Amino acid sequence: MVSGGILAGIVVVAILGPLISPHDYLQTNFDALLQRPTLSGARLFGTDDLGRDLFVRAMLGVQVTIVVAIVASIVSLVIGVAYGAIAGYVGGRVDAVMMRFVDTLYALPFIFFVILLMVAFERNFLLIFVAIGAINWLDMARIVRGQTLSLREREFVEAARLTGVSTLRIIFRHIAPNLLGVVIVYVTLTIPQAILVESFLSFLGLGIQEPQTSLGGLVDAGVNQMEGASWMLLIPAGLLAIVLLCFNFLGDAMRDVFDARNPR
Amino acid sequence: MLRYALLRLLGAIPTLLLVIVLAFLMVHAAPGGPFDAERALPAEIEANIAAAYHLDEPLYQQFVRYLKGLVQGDLGPSYRYRDHTVSELIATAFPLSLKLGAMAMLLALIVGVAAGSLAALRRNTLSDRVLMMLAMTGISIPVFVIAPVLVLFLAVRLQWLPAGWSGNEGAARFLLPVIALALPQIAYIARLTRASMIDVLASDFVRTARAQGLGTAAIVRYHALKPAMLPVLSYLGPAIAAILTGSVVVEEIFGIPGLGQFFVRGALNRDYTLVLGIVIFYATLVVLLNLVVDILYGAIDPRIRRR
Repeated sequence: MVSGGILAGIVVVAILGPLISPHDYLQTNFDALLQRPTLSGARLFGTDDLGRDLFVRAMLGVQVTIVVAIVASIVSLVIGVAYGAIAGYVGGRVDAVMMRFVDTLYALPFIFFVILLMVAFERNFLLIFVAIGAINWLDMARIVRGQTLSLREREFVEAARLTGVSTLRIIFRHIAPNLLGVVIVYVTLTIPQAILVESFLSFLGLGIQEPQTSLGGLVDAGVNQMEGASWMLLIPAGLLAIVLLCFNFLGDAMRDVFDARNPR
Repeated sequence: MLRYALLRLLGAIPTLLLVIVLAFLMVHAAPGGPFDAERALPAEIEANIAAAYHLDEPLYQQFVRYLKGLVQGDLGPSYRYRDHTVSELIATAFPLSLKLGAMAMLLALIVGVAAGSLAALRRNTLSDRVLMMLAMTGISIPVFVIAPVLVLFLAVRLQWLPAGWSGNEGAARFLLPVIALALPQIAYIARLTRASMIDVLASDFVRTARAQGLGTAAIVRYHALKPAMLPVLSYLGPAIAAILTGSVVVEEIFGIPGLGQFFVRGALNRDYTLVLGIVIFYATLVVLLNLVVDILYGAIDPRIRRR
């Protein structure tokens, strides 16, 4: 719960901060290069090597990181739920083939395919969302399939089948809503993974492009300036670590509450 | 046992084919060619370049040509490093990455298993809580955050260890990259070991051993460790993939001329064949190492083989 509070706090500051601050994420100021962070002055987190206000940039980074992570998680949720529910509901040979395919994909170092995708196509926001979502759906598909297998035998599904509801309609109208609890737990665990992938790509210069930024991109910039301006590294690195830790703790806690099969 | 191993090997072939087709199609579906320059080239020169790299052939012919080369270990020419083939580049860069990865893996296994066992034996004490808190932190924080922060404090501020690769000699320059690479895996393995060790310590055969008067150290060493290692063993596959991914970042940060650095450079330079070749190489490596882990698993736990 503490981690949820911290996260909420960071999100609120990330949204409001740039609105209140007199500085802009783009505006360079060559009279104020690499200024140290001060608690009293206008530069809470100091400035970067182009004189841009680091507080505003860091908050923008948090925004971008969290938005990418949430959208990517939704993409993986849609793919995973559809795939898992179909495999679980149809069952039999279809199920065997579909899950075998998932097993096969599990063995691949997916991140490299995402990088390949980034190289081959123009780097844009949408592609990043889709690519990151596309690599995180495997766990979701497995879990949803397991749940669907047990839901399939329940009376209300049987009733729907008897009254002649089509298979697809049963899957999406009757099965999918009942998966909600499990799915929500796993989405909280997917979000930190998506953040990790996005910041990894941005760190390598393959994700979000300048002058837009994300926490990964800011860490990358910080690495280059670390000897003279350690705050440029430590602030975004610390923020990223806190956000990831909070999501992981939150996910773990939710799993303990909702998922009785996984006692710790 | 041999039958099991052979079956597993056959099962890996479709996976590898899928990898190759997927990677090949992705690169060739790209809009724009690898030789698009700022200035438009005369049509004849463009045609010549296309012919030299067989880019004028239909896609399936290019694919067959690529596959033929691949079987013979030839991944084609690099588009940017003009005088080198992709296979040559991989052959020069990979040994260093392998060394780094193997050391990180070894470190992760030793420290992770030790910390996890300790936490399991002292379950719900302060040291257990602290260890697991540290492990959660280690899992959450990515390599590209850990590595530069380690460099900042241990190398730049305290000057205990060399920060970069070039200009430094000896084993010391391996230390920071290997630690940075191993830390998340240490954390993961520690958590896994703790959970399975707690399970095993609660089992009947451990109780019997204890009833016979065996000390804790002997129980862990002779009875509990091997069964408790099974989940860790099955995690080795993902761990290998994670170390591979991490090595890309670590090599970039420390300036180590390994395969990961070539990969990132290739990606930023749009050196299609190099990136394609390295992706296929990495994927093959991961699939094969997973295979080895599977077979090892079968060797340790006979129940798996019969399925």
